[in-house]
Amino acid sequence: MNDVGTGGAGTPRVAVVVFPGSNCDEDAALASRNVLGADVKMVRHDERALGDPDLVILPGGFSYGDYLRSGAMARFSPVMESVAAFAGQGGAVLGICNGFQILCEAGLLPGAMLRNEGLRFVCKDVFLRVESKRTPFTLAINKGDVLRMPIAHGDGNWTAERRAYEEMLARDQVVFRYVRADGSRGHGANPNGSLDDVAGICNVKGNIVGLMPHPERAAEDLLGNTDGARLFKSFATTRMAMHGA
Amino acid sequence: MTVLVRVMLKAGVLDPQGKAIAEALRRLGYAAVSDVRAGKLFCIEVDTADPKAAREVASQMAEKLLANPVIEDYELHLEEAGTPPGSLR
Repeated sequence: MNDVGTGGAGTPRVAVVVFPGSNCDEDAALASRNVLGADVKMVRHDERALGDPDLVILPGGFSYGDYLRSGAMARFSPVMESVAAFAGQGGAVLGICNGFQILCEAGLLPGAMLRNEGLRFVCKDVFLRVESKRTPFTLAINKGDVLRMPIAHGDGNWTAERRAYEEMLARDQVVFRYVRADGSRGHGANPNGSLDDVAGICNVKGNIVGLMPHPERAAEDLLGNTDGARLFKSFATTRMAMHGA
Repeated sequence: MTVLVRVMLKAGVLDPQGKAIAEALRRLGYAAVSDVRAGKLFCIEVDTADPKAAREVASQMAEKLLANPVIEDYELHLEEAGTPPGSLR
């Protein structure tokens, strides 16, 4: 394991950030252990040492009570300075649900979240289409594949300024879109009114990914759905390829 | 000195809450309601008597935390002596 982070592809290390109000941190840790076989370090919001991870996960929940705007307070946690530095060096960061909201508020991902169009908290399974293979979490998944995953959020109506969004499209930064079960876009697919049915995006470099659906809640047979495990497996495949193992 | 910071969704950004409130008002019989925008108002006490300094620090606070520049605009109003509390003008 002493080769991790220095070029070898030993046991992956995952840091799961725990904010006050995070509630999917243990699920993210379990998926990391059971799917990736990772050593998992839980890192508190007021810590700075991430522990030389291969992957940082910002989990779902209601950090700081979702006060002001979802993710707005978490952005100022000491740990976020470390996350930003790690991401700046090309480290892989996955923000799930509230984690996605935090990444947007922190400016690590473009756009912002509005209240769901229907004003309701929506908790159900949705279908996602993989729109880009340029991230570590989708590299080993086929573009156009449809994944079923649960969502549970009230502020998932992602939006961006028109020009910023056009630049994102030009740079292939839309990673997942909400679709119907057959993979087509249209009525009934988008649960929250997000711009252009966007469900997940990445930064320009592709190492930071945020999505509203919960892959960690659909990562094992025991959970009745393993579609979410494909993101974690893709990360493992990417990491092995990078390390030449 | 009290600074009021009013944060509103930018023009053109869909406001689901405002839409729902407008619909509720119409159902209550206020047929003249054509639009509602929902926003946030912060009353911030700043330990200074200098209006310029208060405005400057409130502006920084709005840009760093109170408003998200992607979707929201903000306006500042200083409460002078004699202004009724909470009044925007």
